[in-house]
Amino acid sequence: MTSAAAKPSPPSGGRGLGEGGAQGAYAHDTGYNFAYLDESTKRMIRRAILKGVAIPGHQVPFGSREMPLPYGWGTGGIQVTASILGPSDVLKVIDQGADDTTNAVSIRAFFRRVAGVATTERTAEATVIQTRHRIPERQLTEGQILVYQVPMPEPLFRLEARVAETKRMHALADYGLMHVKLYEDIARHGHIATSYNYPVMVDGRYLMSPSPIPAFDNPKMDRMPALQLFGAGREKRIYAVPPYTAVRSLDFEDHPFRPIRAPHACALCGSRESYLDEVITDDRGGKIFVCSDTDYCTERQATKAAAE
Amino acid sequence: MSPLLSARGLELRFGRIAALDGVDLDIWPGEVVAIVGESGSGKTTLLRVLSGLAAPDAGSVIFDGQDVLGMNEAARRHLMRTQWGFVHQNPRDGLRMGVSAGGNIGERLMATGARHYGNIRAAAADWLRRVEIDPERLDALPRTFSGGMQQRLQIARTLVTHPRLVFMDEPTGGLDVSVQARLLDLIRALVAELGLSVLLVTHDIAAARLLAHRILVMRHGQVVEQGLTDRVLDDPQHPYTQLLVTSVLAA
Repeated sequence: MTSAAAKPSPPSGGRGLGEGGAQGAYAHDTGYNFAYLDESTKRMIRRAILKGVAIPGHQVPFGSREMPLPYGWGTGGIQVTASILGPSDVLKVIDQGADDTTNAVSIRAFFRRVAGVATTERTAEATVIQTRHRIPERQLTEGQILVYQVPMPEPLFRLEARVAETKRMHALADYGLMHVKLYEDIARHGHIATSYNYPVMVDGRYLMSPSPIPAFDNPKMDRMPALQLFGAGREKRIYAVPPYTAVRSLDFEDHPFRPIRAPHACALCGSRESYLDEVITDDRGGKIFVCSDTDYCTERQATKAAAE
Repeated sequence: MSPLLSARGLELRFGRIAALDGVDLDIWPGEVVAIVGESGSGKTTLLRVLSGLAAPDAGSVIFDGQDVLGMNEAARRHLMRTQWGFVHQNPRDGLRMGVSAGGNIGERLMATGARHYGNIRAAAADWLRRVEIDPERLDALPRTFSGGMQQRLQIARTLVTHPRLVFMDEPTGGLDVSVQARLLDLIRALVAELGLSVLLVTHDIAAARLLAHRILVMRHGQVVEQGLTDRVLDDPQHPYTQLLVTSVLAA
């Protein structure tokens, strides 16, 4: 599938019998409707997604459902994924760049069971990628959708406590306050000290929280060929960035935005371009830096091994 | 020349109480107009209606050819942060207490599109100097300032974008007399220097005498007397104005 809009909705009322099993790699648990949510809920979420795509960066309220995982673990992302997933999709789930953490493994297993879709750890093979806190290092393509898990969709919430007031600020594009925050950062720390969840302007109109991805990943959002969808379950908001949309990180002319990265090479694959995690190796202060994107790292290691 | 702000037939009732009862008002470019009167006479309500913060039951407010009451909120906010300024009685209502002095002054600049950190900071330091605060305090939080300094910071924050009309609601209220005198002196100097129009609401007749070119006396939502400051205060015609003038304490 190429986009949420183009995807025909699965037949409703059939309890999803055998829908995913035919093409997917795993048997679909027929006790659940296809992809867990009932068809009318999926239709409601798709409407919110379409509205979000039509107004890039604008937060669309939706009737968020209880999901079989706690708030903060990706209830928003999982609902968006459930609504756009088709039987022939290939799903990848990453958590802080890794495919093998509890959250990623559980959500993959969940969709294998309730939708019977094929899952993968390879970025290149996936058609839908649900992510928490990272964007894959590999350039995404037009055939892919990136679904972000968002804890707090409102970029202004630390600056203005009243939701009614933040809505008014979005409506009037009154974003001076966000720059006051950046000004304060520079006045206090000498540079913009926001290293994750760095606010962006979408299509020159809406201020948007990119979810807590590192500022390093912000430039990847700009004019990305893949559709980007954001789901916040607890806050009941969905927003989107359509393919090839301008996404600009806020900055000052004399303090331009700089993506920050640990000044090391990956200890496993030697990459000097990827975003690194610091890993403690013993209790005597030993540490190594490794790629946060495990698929990217594995691929590079394999290429290196093949070359030798 | 035409008035900068012109109000006609303003009416606003809160239940049985008429807060504004047929108020007409003109403010000319470069003019300081004081509204005096006792508590509950409708001074602050008038200020809120003129600045678009409250809607009247009837009447019109025209600013520089634009209908203030008829414009949408986006246009009014734009007016509020470019052409207008608002100085509150309590500096805590006008300042962001968790943001440094520089950030407070820079907010209006950034809201109107300034995106050069160095220039914003230079403008903020310059304005601190103009309101007689040590530029060294640029990164200090307003809560570490005294009441008079907070009020001066609020004035700097308001005037940094060179508004044409400034609304002041009891700017010297709650300050002790020596601080009040200094603040009045500062406001007078800035008004003359920048050629501002000011609408000043106060119950302090002495402050009005010092700052205002023209005075309006309000009572029960009506303007009972208006004229040049010296004329009204030296030769009050209306019985209420006469009472007000004779009630001023002389030290």
